[in-house]
Amino acid sequence: MEADGNICLEVKIEKRLKSFTLDVGFQTEGGCLGILGPSGCGKSMALKSIAGIVSPDRGRIAVRYGRGEQERILYDSSCKKNESPQRRRVGYLFQNYALFPNMSVEENIGIGVRGREKKIRVREMLERFRLGGLEKRYPGQLSGGQQQRVALARIMAYEPEVILLDEPFSAMDTHLKEKLRLELGEILKDYHGISILVTHDRDEAYQLCSNMLLMDQGQVIAGGNTKALFQNPVTCRAARFTGCKNISRIERTGERRIRALDWGNLELTTAEAVGDEITAVGIRAHDFEAVSGEEAEKWADCPEGNLIPVRNPSVSEMPFEWYVTLDHGLWWKTEKSIHVHSPEQVIPQWLRVPPSALILLTGEPE
Amino acid sequence: MDWSPILISMKTASLSIFITFFLGILAAWLVVRMRNPVWKLISDGILTLPLVLPPTVMGFFLLDLFGVKGWIGSFFVEYFSIKIAFSWPATVLAAVTMSFPLMYRSARGAFEQVDQNLISAARTLGMGEWEIFARVLLPNAIPGVVSGGVLAFARGLGEFGATSMIAGNIAGKTRTLPMAVYSEVAAGNMDTAYDYVAVIVVIAFLSVCIMNGAAWKAGKETHGG
Repeated sequence: MEADGNICLEVKIEKRLKSFTLDVGFQTEGGCLGILGPSGCGKSMALKSIAGIVSPDRGRIAVRYGRGEQERILYDSSCKKNESPQRRRVGYLFQNYALFPNMSVEENIGIGVRGREKKIRVREMLERFRLGGLEKRYPGQLSGGQQQRVALARIMAYEPEVILLDEPFSAMDTHLKEKLRLELGEILKDYHGISILVTHDRDEAYQLCSNMLLMDQGQVIAGGNTKALFQNPVTCRAARFTGCKNISRIERTGERRIRALDWGNLELTTAEAVGDEITAVGIRAHDFEAVSGEEAEKWADCPEGNLIPVRNPSVSEMPFEWYVTLDHGLWWKTEKSIHVHSPEQVIPQWLRVPPSALILLTGEPE
Repeated sequence: MDWSPILISMKTASLSIFITFFLGILAAWLVVRMRNPVWKLISDGILTLPLVLPPTVMGFFLLDLFGVKGWIGSFFVEYFSIKIAFSWPATVLAAVTMSFPLMYRSARGAFEQVDQNLISAARTLGMGEWEIFARVLLPNAIPGVVSGGVLAFARGLGEFGATSMIAGNIAGKTRTLPMAVYSEVAAGNMDTAYDYVAVIVVIAFLSVCIMNGAAWKAGKETHGG
């Protein structure tokens, strides 16, 4: 696999679905690409099209090697090419893992391997995925985590050029999920082909994927480097997808001054100049600072104060966080110790938003 | 008591279930794989017809095709000098025709209940279509397929209407157990009829028990008991 050097997957597909049209185009090289979107946004359908399990109506899917001189076309509607899934060398990790219930662990892992190296490869995978001792068991006798490892081992033994992961953790409880996410991260790091992870879980995508696409209603609404995308989602929709809880329409009142219309005409100062295209502002629920009455007096005269009075907050307790809702539906989340149960000690009179925490956005907030 | 109806019925039922079993599975696999919904509907309709038509009507069609003057019948007479109608093979023909839809429908239902993801996974792992059928689809549909076999066997054993049309009721040749029961009752020999009835009940009950046992065992093995 290493010999393939740079490998790149190009995807452009259109497919008419029941309530919308799937229309996505992207390119991905090494590293894991995350596709984040709500259930039923067409992301699984996109993956199935790449694997050849379903056929799109139109488009082109190709794997390119090296500096683009060589390519392998998996699907191209313009020349009526539709390679069978058997010949695509695209591995697919199903939500339910799709292990063959009538085959033992080692039979499952070896099923895609031909020829004499089968035994060696299976043994290698059993070791790599810590499945030693389970080789004679059947899938029905394994835990969820073990099943996932067998499914991954089965795919890796087949040595695909692309691996597609379809909501790999959706069928698991939280405790197991966190552990397996770390494991999968390690596996993906060692894999030199292309990998695409589809999920509706923000944390999962952030943790595992270097690049990301946000998808809704069959369309890609934003894409790019994961960290950059979370820091600057650009549009209101993308901001919502990355988990930004507070978004308000704005009116520009100065070069770096805005009035947040949905938050009681709150006046705020931004860090960057506000361009004409900016229509909204976002604040992440974790980005507020608690400010006492005294400190607030100091900030009051400063243009960068960005103070918000805390009036009749409604507080909800989580194990390690307080969820506080303020006037105009502003959300504030603040960390707490598991030993603290009374919110009075943590609820300040004022909150403050540092100018750098204001996310300038385009588009209409929903 | 004349033992020939018992022997004839055993021979007919065993050979016909052998044929029906494979034909039914094959037909089910082909129909499940059909992409065009219209063709699928039409094929399914034709293959199910013997189940919904009166047996005598199916017998009529068989006679029309396999009779000495029928397309297939005349062909066999001309080239092989074999008369199919009113000979022992006709009892098999009737039993296969009448039991086929039960096998086909059970197998189809069993195939359709196999998780589609298993098939897709097998394809993405490079397994050929035939290999997928033999190693994934069929093994995971075995309980349903075997119970279809039970039904088809019982149907073949009890076949009367179509058999009487195409094979007739020739003692020692085409008189199967159901035919014998009918003949004995018609002749007023209730005692002999009782014997035949008892034999049918025992065979039918035993075969269902044996096949159910097999289905249960197969089901257990597939799911790693």
